[in-house]
Amino acid sequence: MRSLSWAYLVAAFGFIYLPVAALVLFSFQSGGLPVPPFEGPSLRWYADVIGDSDLMGALLNSLVVALFSGAVSVALGFCAAYGLARHHLPGSTLMRAVLIAPMTVSYLIVGLGLLIVLQRAGAGLSLWTVGIGHVVINLPLCFAIIYATMGAQQQNAERAARDLGANEAQVVLLVTVPMLAPAILAAFFLSVTFSWDEFIIAFLLSRFDVTLPVEIWSLLRSGLSPKLNAIGSLVFLISVAGVVALELLVFRKRQ
Amino acid sequence: MNLTREQVRGWGFVAPALVWTLAFFVVPFVVMGAMSLASLDGRTLVWTPSFANYIELSEKAYLVRSIFVSLEITLTVTIVSVLLAYPLAWIIAFRIPPKWQRLALLLAVLPFWTSYVVRSYSWLLVLSREGIVNDVLMGLGLTGEPVTLASTRFATVTGFVHFFVMLLTLTIYANLVQLSPNYRRAAMDLGASTFQTFWHVILPLTLPGIMTGAFLTFVLCIGDYMTPHILGGNNELTVPQVIMLQLGRRADFPLASALAIILMGIVTLAYLGFARWLKLDRI
Repeated sequence: MRSLSWAYLVAAFGFIYLPVAALVLFSFQSGGLPVPPFEGPSLRWYADVIGDSDLMGALLNSLVVALFSGAVSVALGFCAAYGLARHHLPGSTLMRAVLIAPMTVSYLIVGLGLLIVLQRAGAGLSLWTVGIGHVVINLPLCFAIIYATMGAQQQNAERAARDLGANEAQVVLLVTVPMLAPAILAAFFLSVTFSWDEFIIAFLLSRFDVTLPVEIWSLLRSGLSPKLNAIGSLVFLISVAGVVALELLVFRKRQ
Repeated sequence: MNLTREQVRGWGFVAPALVWTLAFFVVPFVVMGAMSLASLDGRTLVWTPSFANYIELSEKAYLVRSIFVSLEITLTVTIVSVLLAYPLAWIIAFRIPPKWQRLALLLAVLPFWTSYVVRSYSWLLVLSREGIVNDVLMGLGLTGEPVTLASTRFATVTGFVHFFVMLLTLTIYANLVQLSPNYRRAAMDLGASTFQTFWHVILPLTLPGIMTGAFLTFVLCIGDYMTPHILGGNNELTVPQVIMLQLGRRADFPLASALAIILMGIVTLAYLGFARWLKLDRI
């Protein structure tokens, strides 16, 4: 039983890491194709990636869209969660349902709907429209995460602050936000990661300025290339750094 | 309706998010529904409502076929992923010392964070004609000719399963560790074997969690365009691929919208199916 468990564990990790290992290994390929045999280590494809101004521009676009849409999603999600958790509003169940609804629909459909409306309205496609789309998919997530962590514990502190003469803005900014900081940070990081990695909405709603996944996508059309391995490995490195930062900054503190 | 000052203030907090969701999600969704009833005359849109698109959908073989292809792939992926992820989550939860569990779990889901576009591409490195699998097979002399693995349904399913095994391992693990160990101890004390404990005690208790994960897998898998496009080749198309084809080549938004509505319908049916499962389980 014990050895069977270990065998399964090894096989499962082998399956999970096989494509990642192939991606990273052949990013150092000195030849022109990212397939066996491995012809010896070289950094030429990384140099190629760094020197590609289209790719670097797309990377910057992705960062801007991710940070911007993450910030907007968290701000809107936090306010909605605060409003619904702290006030008895008629129709609050319906409002919660509407706010959560985009989570249940494929990104493709969210993007298609937005594309149709933007075209009807005569609005041009740009990074702004990509950002709008990313807020639509990340807002429910931020709302759900923050709403779930708003408990009675913070409410008592808010009441105390109000009794001591704080106005609503002071209560929210000086009491609620600091107390919910871990949840707010987690929601922000998740939003940024999802936006950073999102393809289909960014593809449908962008035109000349594109995000990184869309740029990688257009490189993909010319087939297998170690350059794609290099950019893939770099993106993986950035994402893992983000995950580790989240783990260290947010979850460690909570324990 | 008389609102107190308190309520007005509450509305003020909810309004921005609500307006955003209404303007950029609900309205587009309704417009898309209307669009699915419109039609294309040459290049101009005709807004006379009709079910022509849906009739066309049921008559054109490749459109009907895409729905079945999507369903077959999605069901295969969901079942295979659950079957592979459960033992992995089990081993991490019960066979690995608690001290190392968090690390093992983190390692098991780390490739989750490879870029979405690159994830499918990296399977091409493994499965293509010159790829690693063929290299190993031919090196061992098991086959003289490279085996066709890429551009097949097998490749699509492999790419999907890789992703969803990680997702499901995470959700099933979370489920397993929150069970009180007393259930297992009680079953063992009463003489149940490891398998009996699993089959009669742990599995029923974790079924709701499995179903939630399986439903998530179903929804994400059936709506995905990238994986079948990169790994599946052109022999068979899934619904998202057909939708993208309508948008790209002919800018046939009405037909694309009708397909999107069908996709929504399938997801809704799946939800009802899964929901009934969960309820039956509770009785």
